[in-house]
Amino acid sequence: MVEFGGWDMPVEYSGISDEHLAVRTRAGLFDVSHMGEIEIAGKDALAAVQQITSNDASKLVDGQAQYSALTTPEGTFVDDVLTYRLNGEHFMLVVNASNIIKDFTWIAARVGAAGDAVAVNTSSRYALIAIQGPAAREVLQALTAVSLGDIKYYWFTTGEVANVRATVSRTGYTGEDGYEIFVPPAQAERVWDAILRSGASAGVVPAGLGARDTLRLEAGMRLYGNDMDETTTVLEADLGWIVGWKKADFAGAEVLRRQKQDGVSRKLVGFEVQDRGIARHGHDVYVNGAKAGIVTSGTQTPFLKKAIGMAYLPIEHTANGTEFEVDCRGRRLRATVVPTPFYKRAK
Amino acid sequence: MYPSDLKYTKEHEWVKISGAEARVGITDYAQKQLGDVVYLELPEVGRMLTQGDVFGTIESVKAVSELYAPVSGEVTAINQALTQKPESVNSAPHESWMIEIKVSGESGDLLDAAQYTELTK
Repeated sequence: MVEFGGWDMPVEYSGISDEHLAVRTRAGLFDVSHMGEIEIAGKDALAAVQQITSNDASKLVDGQAQYSALTTPEGTFVDDVLTYRLNGEHFMLVVNASNIIKDFTWIAARVGAAGDAVAVNTSSRYALIAIQGPAAREVLQALTAVSLGDIKYYWFTTGEVANVRATVSRTGYTGEDGYEIFVPPAQAERVWDAILRSGASAGVVPAGLGARDTLRLEAGMRLYGNDMDETTTVLEADLGWIVGWKKADFAGAEVLRRQKQDGVSRKLVGFEVQDRGIARHGHDVYVNGAKAGIVTSGTQTPFLKKAIGMAYLPIEHTANGTEFEVDCRGRRLRATVVPTPFYKRAK
Repeated sequence: MYPSDLKYTKEHEWVKISGAEARVGITDYAQKQLGDVVYLELPEVGRMLTQGDVFGTIESVKAVSELYAPVSGEVTAINQALTQKPESVNSAPHESWMIEIKVSGESGDLLDAAQYTELTK
């Protein structure tokens, strides 16, 4: 167990590789109750969400979610979030565990400017269980009357799972199809046990933080605090697709629009390591012998069996195929810029 | 179980001493703690080691750890095949020797299999 954002979290159950492969080929069950929930409600809730986040929440209808950023006026990340539209006057942001208090303080100080809107930190009201992998739907379907196949990707609905009132969302952080299930904490264990029991014959295994990290990285998904933070803009993190360019205004809009027009000076890229060894978070990047950037995430992926990672590089060195070096405890590893995601599931 | 023909350290290396030669690896307990091993960095042949010196590093998906010399002496061989296939450390830890040392001087404080089993309980 490790301390993570104030929670005691299992790094692994049966082993990172084992759990990673189970998610890619069968299904894995994750307890991600550490994630935070901040709800914004009121007649002007949409206006408030539009002002504090980068993506265009007016495109959402009831029961739909989107990936977005909680942005500073500098266009950098307070956090990355999932915005859920419960109804036109009620939104829920799912935020990173380590940022709950920071985000809530940030949001609470700003929603009022939009008019009639209040923010409530409801993190303690939800436990969150994720089932991810090709067998996820079939396993979960046995425990719910909700027609899971009818929930589209990044949509959600309410119903019962294992006789527990739940919100079921077709989202995840692994690159696989799957569902995230919000349940009351008091009933979380019952739901967890029911899924493991019901999924045993399909080979569902519990999966920890370690596999969650290798899976998300293989799928090219960013991790707050590693790949972006308050010093990196949404465009530098190469997440222009979560900016609602047509919105009138939002925090950081001016900086981001300027960067879109003039271009960024550095960008987050994916890379593969040619030499044996793992380029890890914080390792320096060298281009033509000169220090040029930094590795933000890196691992050896159990499924692709390659050392991969993400790094910030000067924009002139971000083209696919660009070669560079990573300083790994004094040893230089050769690496090449490659497109992300590293892994894409077959549809 | 831990083979009785090996000696062990509290840092979870094993050493197989035959006459003046000693082969060194890491224990089953160590490989389980590390998880999937992906890289092994070993010293040059000829390097002089004192018991307890760092002689290399081992990297798994999860962590990077240092390797400590269980005995003093000169490195006479390194297992090149293992550096090309470091995952063997996971599948056969007690057969996966890393370096060979020509032992010199006293080597105190090594554990036998029973003592090491007790340590890792």
